[in-house]
Amino acid sequence: MTEPSHLAVQRSEAVSPETGCAELRICIRVPTDLEVVEEAVDLVARHCLASGVSAQQARFNLRVALCEALSNAIIYGNGLDPRKSVDIEVSLADQLVTVRVTDEGSGFDPDTVPEPSLPDGIEATTGRGLFLIRRLVDRVYFNNRGNAICMVLRRA
Amino acid sequence: MSFTIRKDPKGVVIVGVDGQLIVSNRHELKQKVLDAVADGERKVLVDFAETGYIDSSGLGVLVSLSKRLREEGGELRLSGLNDDLRMLFELTKLDTLFNITDSADEALASF
Repeated sequence: MTEPSHLAVQRSEAVSPETGCAELRICIRVPTDLEVVEEAVDLVARHCLASGVSAQQARFNLRVALCEALSNAIIYGNGLDPRKSVDIEVSLADQLVTVRVTDEGSGFDPDTVPEPSLPDGIEATTGRGLFLIRRLVDRVYFNNRGNAICMVLRRA
Repeated sequence: MSFTIRKDPKGVVIVGVDGQLIVSNRHELKQKVLDAVADGERKVLVDFAETGYIDSSGLGVLVSLSKRLREEGGELRLSGLNDDLRMLFELTKLDTLFNITDSADEALASF
């Protein structure tokens, strides 16, 4: 597979500590630069497709969820600070795709994000990213610090 | 990715989104539409027939532009959304905020 210019991809085989099953891990370190979001998301989507994830899940569910998580990490997590980076870790197992996005920020409380689809929030110009993520993957959780989001999708 | 702008004989400004409307190019679209509004345009159609993906910041820009046009007595309409993009609007309930048609021609016929 030909990799785009400057994003280095680390691939490794591992045994999941949670399930004990073999899985493929893909790690990408992304600079704090909104211009690379598209490239990083394309890269992950292509690796997922190559590993047998369905086209719909790779091109839509995972793509949307990762794009939103990565944008949030760059803008809100790292505060657009070019000295910081964002780590993407994708684990591909038989049943599940797990995508973890970790920034270098101080974290946030996801429970404080308002619901944008309620009538009062429908005309909000921000705040739909996490909402979309929660509807497009099967499970979302955060680390205690709130600077890492983990998105789990059951493979179709 | 790029944006094309043309005006139909009825005076509707049609903005085509080629590729994606995402966090890295949303300001460009916003500025193009705001420039058109500043020039007196009041009917704007954003056509997504050539668009693969819109992210939440792109959705936010569309909401913002729609508000602005309504304040000026105008309207922002959308067309050409593929099934995935339409699902994003349905999930966020933004399909209730916008007039959305399958094609630009359909939108222009009633604008």
